[in-house]
Amino acid sequence: MSGVAASVRGRAWVGEEALFAPVDLELRAGDWTCLLGPSGVGKSTILRLIAGLETGARFEGEVERDRPVALMAQDAGLIGWLDVLGNVTLGARLRGEAPDLARADALIEAVGLADRAHHRPENLSGGQRQRVALARTLFEDRALILLDEPFSALDARTRAQMQDLSARLLAGRTVLLVTHDPAEAARLGDRILLLRETGISEWPLPSTRPEGAARPYDAPEVLALQTDLMRGMMA
Amino acid sequence: MRTAALLIVTVLALWQGIIWLAGMPHFLLPSPLAVAEALWVNRTEITRHAGFTLAEVVLGFLLGSALGAALAVAMGFSDRLTGVLRPILTFSQTIPVFALAPILTLWLGFGMAPKVAMTVLIVFFPVASAFLDGLSRTPQPALDLAQVMGASRVRTMRVLRIPAALPQLATGLRLAAVYAPIGAVIGEWVGGARGLGALMIHANGRMKTDLVFAALLVLSVMTVIFARLVALALARAWRRYGV
Repeated sequence: MSGVAASVRGRAWVGEEALFAPVDLELRAGDWTCLLGPSGVGKSTILRLIAGLETGARFEGEVERDRPVALMAQDAGLIGWLDVLGNVTLGARLRGEAPDLARADALIEAVGLADRAHHRPENLSGGQRQRVALARTLFEDRALILLDEPFSALDARTRAQMQDLSARLLAGRTVLLVTHDPAEAARLGDRILLLRETGISEWPLPSTRPEGAARPYDAPEVLALQTDLMRGMMA
Repeated sequence: MRTAALLIVTVLALWQGIIWLAGMPHFLLPSPLAVAEALWVNRTEITRHAGFTLAEVVLGFLLGSALGAALAVAMGFSDRLTGVLRPILTFSQTIPVFALAPILTLWLGFGMAPKVAMTVLIVFFPVASAFLDGLSRTPQPALDLAQVMGASRVRTMRVLRIPAALPQLATGLRLAAVYAPIGAVIGEWVGGARGLGALMIHANGRMKTDLVFAALLVLSVMTVIFARLVALALARAWRRYGV
């Protein structure tokens, strides 16, 4: 449970404007690292750098990663003409492999969509779509999971449910969660990194997160942490 | 449907009325009745010519669509190729097909080939253009996923981009189906003795205006039916595919 799974060191510009001050970020293997910050400070850029995706920004520095990644974003990115099963096994299809259907079925059941395996995305709610995206992410079976605001578009209750489900199903993996929601960071982070225009700072946490679960959303210490983080973002 | 029928009857009545009232000479504007008579009297000849035109249209449509779709996919793979080909394609469309017809006849003879070539020229552009438009609009989140999942460019094209662009391809094909007969008929006007275009030119030369109108009517009906069949076939294919 030690070691660095990925790191980003450097700075980025959009045009002549600096996107973020020099950052030095390491993802520790086995941890959920929450990258918290307001919109427009380059959180997603850092995630995309680690994923190896086009960022639209000019980056100077180095990105290291020792393991393959899976990606889950705010837009579930579901394919409209494929059913739930087809979407979950998309990766295999795109790599030209024969999908392991038994495993896909098990994952669809794990995210609670067993009765909807043959529905198309258009017939699913926003929360259900993110469940499909979660199952698809798990189907990839990668050690490093990149979550880019995956629950931002959901209502409060669905969001809390998805946080619980993700914490349970992604237990044991290294996770980078990019979020602008202090409550989400307070529930899910093993480490919380606050990204502001001035750079990244690590936020001290009062307690360790229970294994394979999100912190309770109504615990006083979680609410206090959430308030603290909010103050930190406003400062 | 009833409104349409009423409209057609009204137009025909006006047409016939004008001819009676103004005493138009038959060779300038034949009456609807005369057109109907020409259609009946020359039915064998018209059917034979329509068969040739239809064959050219179908062949040209299939070839042109395949060519246009293949070109769009090739361009979809490479921005550089698109940069080179797009201006050439646009330029090619500024040349009036009318001007090309005699040259094609010169090159390909008086048979079916130049007519099919004309149809191909007319069909391939709307198909290529619409399909390429669709191929370049695959949602970015899906493309990001494909990249992270380790998909090759060819697989991304086959599994994501082409299926996502099928509605635009359908739009191009439906448009092409309506235009295809124009290519064939222009080809027939310029050279050869077969097809509705040739029949029209000959009838026109002999002042048999009623026959020209009859051939024109058959061409229009044929085009409408062909376009409708293409649209239906596409709708069917889509339903099965579920796009």
